[in-house]
Amino acid sequence: MSALAPTRRRLSWRWLMYAILALAVSCFLVPVYMMLVTALKEPAAIGLDTAWQLPRVWNWASFAEAWASFRPKLWNSLVLTVSASAASAILGSLNGYVLAKWPFPGSNAVFAFLLFGMFIPYQAILIPLFAFIRSIGLYGSIWGLVVVHTVYGLPITTLIFRNYYMEIPNSLVEAAALDGGGFFGIYRHVIFPVSLPGFVVVIIWQFTQVWNEFLFAVSLSNPESQPITVALAQLAGGEAVKWNLPMAGALLAALPTLLVYVIFGRYFVRGLLAGSVKG
Amino acid sequence: MRWRKHTNRIIGFLVLLPSIVLVGIFVYGFIGRTVWASLSDWGQDPAQALALDPVTRFVGLDNYRQLFTGVIDGRFRQDMVSTLFFTVFFIAGCLLVGLLLAILIDHKPKGEGLFRGVFLFPFALSFVVTGTIWRWLLQPNGGVNRLPELVGLPRGEFAWLTSKRQIWRFDWNDLSVWLPLVLAAALAAMALAAFRAGRRRRGALALAGTALLGIAAVLGRSVTLLPFPEQHGFNLAFIGIVLAAVWQMAGYTMALYLAGLSGIPEELREAAITEGAGGWALYTRIILPLMAPITLSAMIVLGHISLKIFDLVFAMAGPDNSWTDVPALLMYITTFRGNQFAKGAAIGVILLLLVAVIIVPYLRWQLREGSRE
Repeated sequence: MSALAPTRRRLSWRWLMYAILALAVSCFLVPVYMMLVTALKEPAAIGLDTAWQLPRVWNWASFAEAWASFRPKLWNSLVLTVSASAASAILGSLNGYVLAKWPFPGSNAVFAFLLFGMFIPYQAILIPLFAFIRSIGLYGSIWGLVVVHTVYGLPITTLIFRNYYMEIPNSLVEAAALDGGGFFGIYRHVIFPVSLPGFVVVIIWQFTQVWNEFLFAVSLSNPESQPITVALAQLAGGEAVKWNLPMAGALLAALPTLLVYVIFGRYFVRGLLAGSVKG
Repeated sequence: MRWRKHTNRIIGFLVLLPSIVLVGIFVYGFIGRTVWASLSDWGQDPAQALALDPVTRFVGLDNYRQLFTGVIDGRFRQDMVSTLFFTVFFIAGCLLVGLLLAILIDHKPKGEGLFRGVFLFPFALSFVVTGTIWRWLLQPNGGVNRLPELVGLPRGEFAWLTSKRQIWRFDWNDLSVWLPLVLAAALAAMALAAFRAGRRRRGALALAGTALLGIAAVLGRSVTLLPFPEQHGFNLAFIGIVLAAVWQMAGYTMALYLAGLSGIPEELREAAITEGAGGWALYTRIILPLMAPITLSAMIVLGHISLKIFDLVFAMAGPDNSWTDVPALLMYITTFRGNQFAKGAAIGVILLLLVAVIIVPYLRWQLREGSRE
């Protein structure tokens, strides 16, 4: 009897655990359910009374409609995201290489100097940034946003690469230096070939951040160069909208980052952990 | 050879230089210009507001004085109160839910990876997407309010994002007494901790600060912030925003905790169990204390996200819903709709100070830890 008791208790604990997990899963998926069923209903069938019900008639037209009106915005977001992620990743990799392998007097201070930029509320730089972007003629252009996201991405990309390169043994770099490798030669032959995981982490992180960003996008773009987040916020914010369209649009806007998350989940988590620093 | 190493260091510095210059301009230079703008009257003269090269006057701290004690800026004061309440509930929610989920997953349920994936996916979404979906979920006559009906209960009546109810109200004028008192209490606690740790100089400094703040509190009674009483409190309309924000960020907290939990050696757990620590004691006595640095990191990261929160509120409740307004949103409206650039800049600077107070010590702590490893 006494020998049985603990296992039985452990068993009921496990049931409780699964019950809580199931409850949590349904809480986390409820918004997804709501988004899907609303997007799939005919506009006339959407009502507050029947919001939770499955659609009677499955209506895929909302996606076609949302796709048609969002396509240019999705393209803007894609151009912006790919360019800014690539640029900030390359610069971050070089910076990380310098900070990890060729520290100079004061390089730690420089590192801290760069890192602080990661945390500032962008409201504190928005007005001069707006004036600056306007003065160089990039206001309302997607390239203005590319510049902005590249620069403000530097702290996190530098951080991730620096920490990544710290793990590469210095002896490798020293051996290459003894063989007559110069600064760029060592980067090309020793560092870069092992950087792929670092690049994956950084690019995924930047891709997600830039794609999802809203404040810069809404302040520095015009209707022509609008990224998807701005278009979605405007669509959903308009009064008297039928909700099928915003929901279909939300799914379209979420899809690229969701795909990245599903495919590269492990690297995604690494970027997330790197974002909480530890220099 | 030495010479070689030296050149490489110099090249390294030169490679880093463009980034240093860019961040120098875009972060520090622009902060400087924002501070400068916040000390001017840029925007008060509509003719000058949008000029390419506006003529402005230096007005000192006048914008700040108006924000905290001016008659027309009550909205900003409510926003400050709202953002502090939001921060507290958002952090508490994320930590509790995140820790609970992490502990459950740490028990290795079947389908562990799937659970993890479901709890973390909202983190990959844009706050605008989250806001759009939750805006629909929190419609007063639909969505979440209808859920009880599915099990036969009466439906919810709460107006969520448009609720005008406010609780825990206080008079803004009382702040001149309460703020120094709260700060004094915090400093007193720091002094006590410093004396216990044997750091007498630091303790003495903190004690002196406590005394000064005590005096300030006494003097504060005779300070009039506003010529009339002004009530502020916690807007219940924020509950919905907190829900959506926790939905999005709890998985992130869970991932941080899981990383920490996986770092706890198995032997430690086994040793604790053989010494008779049951499940509960294992967590409260051994694992939670080990998680303290993670909790702190999570609090800081979540705290700075919450002070900057803008897109979620914008997408959920719109920029003009005064019941869910926050300073980050007010800054945007003041600047780009009202063309009150100086005042917008001042709000930006206040946000920066709030964030810097938590981030600067955190960065110092993290970098020191990093170099020790």
